Amino acid sequence: MQVTINGKQYDFDKGTTVLKACSEIGLDIPTLCNDERLVPSGSCRLCQVEIEGWGKLHTACTTQVREGMVIHTHSDRVIKARQDLLDMLISNHPLECLTCEKSGACKLQDYCYEYGITEGTYRWEMSKPYFDDTNPFYTFDARKCILCGLCVRVCDELQGTNAIGFENRGFDTQVATPFGEGLENSTCVSCGNCVSVCPVGALEPKSKKKFRHWETRTVRTTCSYCGVGCQMDLKIKGNEIVEVQPAFDAHNEGLLCVKGKFSYNFLSHPDRLKKPMVRKDGVLVETGWDEALDVITSKMKEVKKEFGSDAFAGLTSARCTNEDNYMFQKLFRSTLGTNNVDHCARL
Amino acid sequence: MTNSIQEIKNADTIFIIGSNTSENHPVIAAIMKQAKRAGAKMIVADPRRIEMAEYADVFLQLKPGTNIALLNGLMHVIIEKGLQDENYIKERTENYEELKELVKGYTPERVSEICGVDPEYIIKAAEIYGEAPKAGIYYTMGITQHTTGTHAVMSISNLALLCGNVGVESAGVNPLRGQNNVQGACDMGGLPADLPGYQKVFKPEVLDKFQDSWGSKLSNKVGLTITEMFKAIEEDQVKFLYIMGENPMVSDPDTNHVEHVLDHVDFLVVQDIFLTETASMADVVLPAAAFAEKDGTFTNTERRIQRVRRAVEAPGEAKADWMILMDIMNRMGDETRYSHPARIMAEIVSLTPSYGGVSYKRLEKESLQWPVPNENHPGTKYLHKAAIARGRGLFMPAEHVASAEITNDEYPLILTTGRILYHYHTMTMTGREEGLNKLAPHSYVEINETTANKLGIEDGDMVKLYSRRGEVQTTALVTDIIDDGVVFMPFHYSEGKANILTNSAIDEIAKIPELKVAAVRIEKA
Ligand code: SF4
Ligand code: SF4
Ligand code: SF4
Repeated sequence: MQVTINGKQYDFDKGTTVLKACSEIGLDIPTLCNDERLVPSGSCRLCQVEIEGWGKLHTACTTQVREGMVIHTHSDRVIKARQDLLDMLISNHPLECLTCEKSGACKLQDYCYEYGITEGTYRWEMSKPYFDDTNPFYTFDARKCILCGLCVRVCDELQGTNAIGFENRGFDTQVATPFGEGLENSTCVSCGNCVSVCPVGALEPKSKKKFRHWETRTVRTTCSYCGVGCQMDLKIKGNEIVEVQPAFDAHNEGLLCVKGKFSYNFLSHPDRLKKPMVRKDGVLVETGWDEALDVITSKMKEVKKEFGSDAFAGLTSARCTNEDNYMFQKLFRSTLGTNNVDHCARL
Repeated sequence: MTNSIQEIKNADTIFIIGSNTSENHPVIAAIMKQAKRAGAKMIVADPRRIEMAEYADVFLQLKPGTNIALLNGLMHVIIEKGLQDENYIKERTENYEELKELVKGYTPERVSEICGVDPEYIIKAAEIYGEAPKAGIYYTMGITQHTTGTHAVMSISNLALLCGNVGVESAGVNPLRGQNNVQGACDMGGLPADLPGYQKVFKPEVLDKFQDSWGSKLSNKVGLTITEMFKAIEEDQVKFLYIMGENPMVSDPDTNHVEHVLDHVDFLVVQDIFLTETASMADVVLPAAAFAEKDGTFTNTERRIQRVRRAVEAPGEAKADWMILMDIMNRMGDETRYSHPARIMAEIVSLTPSYGGVSYKRLEKESLQWPVPNENHPGTKYLHKAAIARGRGLFMPAEHVASAEITNDEYPLILTTGRILYHYHTMTMTGREEGLNKLAPHSYVEINETTANKLGIEDGDMVKLYSRRGEVQTTALVTDIIDDGVVFMPFHYSEGKANILTNSAIDEIAKIPELKVAAVRIEKA
């Protein structure tokens, strides 16, 4: 399908949305409510573009390309409209960017910067203050909520839990649990999939450590809990994980559960074993690697000599990596000479 | 899994049996719910009315230990209604007549009596499964942790073959692996009869290949399974036990027995990230690096090999498991050094045909589902596409046999165990997460209202459970999601530990203990 975007001709498949088309050619269109996994809602209206001969502006996420369409994504008219929308959004938004945890990763902040919006000029009331602190892993601050609906749609369409929805109407609309009883008393399973998509600081993980997004680096890895093996990005400050984001381009498609998303603090728990330990006079005492390995290998030699290879047995681990497991069975089979290797994962 | 997680989205029917999917594999459950929303039908069979039951078109609340009878009953109805896939059976399977003969006896009425499920529901479920063009079966320990576990797995495979659901996209026989790398641990030869890639230790050509590569003499004698190891320790045959990253003191059945064994063994080495209940019994404890502190790969439940990357430093002197093992091997005279896990993977690849096309270079850009025989192979989304692995799919009919332990006057209730969403395995990690402890602070036992009422127990009461192996004190949670006469305990907790009560009787073929059925008695504490 031949389409002209900002003066250049392109070819797209039938059924492609204008938003998708723009992203395919590397054009950044602002949006606060779009998520490719969900049915488009067109609710934030920020992605609107000008289509020649179509009169009013149209939201790119809900409009499909048509043969011969001529689109302007950044005309003066479009920019003015977007500025106006952002102005409205921040007119009832507490501009607490200085202390807001989301600062640096906030789409509202980024777009206001991009479109030069410094303050809200609409003189209306602030969003009703409502703060839900009852979930152990994340908080909800209604004042910062921009009602993009992403969290509600993800919880419903993707997670299938349907713990949250829109309450009230018009200016009083709020994201809330049924009957306003708080997350603690809702069906929420703390998967955090809503938190992962919140474009602003309304849904925020409760982080143990204070950090700014620009201080962090990111490492892609595999969740270490269950066999689904979700892919995720660890955000790290210094030597500590401060946040986990699901990978969107993997088989888990941007979803995680409470364990993958929030349960990483065990890594820096003070109880972690830090030194080898050897039992002396009945008690385990800390020692260095040299001594610990010496104790093990001299015992290995002794047992092998006296009782033979089949006096060894090893339980390898469904928690460790493939490489760890390979080395473990190699130690038993090749070095110690026995096939007495099994794992505990029948349980 | 024969098939892939994303394929669930296009399944016409999803049959969940013995899997509390939304608690144990939450993201797979989410994808199942998406499929349901898009029009798939769902059948759930479980002794408890688990969350997935709320989404089911038919929910079969069966008695623990009666899976085979139910599956045979479904096949009976399917054949009676002519819903089997005759072409598929003719072209791709063997031994159909024997199956047909066996399931004849499993009428809905008889099955209903064994399983405690309404015959109408059995018929409806059979229709939903039998009529679906593509139907996937998803199961976990609710199938395998029985003395008849292997036969139940065979029965699942029979059902799938009967309706032509093996080697077909969005269908298949799909065990969901519990721990993150069970698949990989088995792939890598963490089994007494198998070298990496399930190559048998007793095959001379296999042994030759490994001996050449490793430069050592290998044993062709099949080794001991965990249960046999414990026995050999008690009989003073095994003197030296090395446990890496596992906590059998909490995870294994009959804790008192495990404790006795670990106490008895001459020398115990435990390598872990915390001083677990098991580690505290060791002679030497070695501090290991956790997943975010090392490089490597995990293989998930759909055979997908994925990178694990070092993100932070391990605490103190803790080291990656492979490094510790390499140091020990070096001290024992094997000089092989690996500079990085990528080098270990290269060795694995050279010896393991199903991993033949894997490399860290490829894994930087993509994840690979085995079999991936060579560098140009894209990996395998679902198995048995061309034909069943062994040529033709073999029907292996199995009769229903009662559980090892049945209830009597002294122990009148059936105890079944499982996992919950907020904790993981023996809680080594999750027990140290404040938030999770807040949501799931302590051990409990689920008791049906009627059972509780008969025993004068109220919700929140402290109760004592007794089995032939021991006793445990815990909190009663009175609920209607479980049937009268059946009780459920999560096994994670070391206080109020379910595995004090469970039976270590094993399935003779897979050597899996019967954690899902034990006879118990409950009293108010
Ligand atoms: S949500 Fe965004 S715009 Fe609002 S205070 Fe936080 S960083 Fe600033
Ligand atoms: S955490 Fe998960 S279940 Fe809870 S509201 Fe968010 S998406 Fe829904
Ligand atoms: S995030 Fe949850 S579902 Fe995904 S691998 Fe981790 S534990 Fe499993």
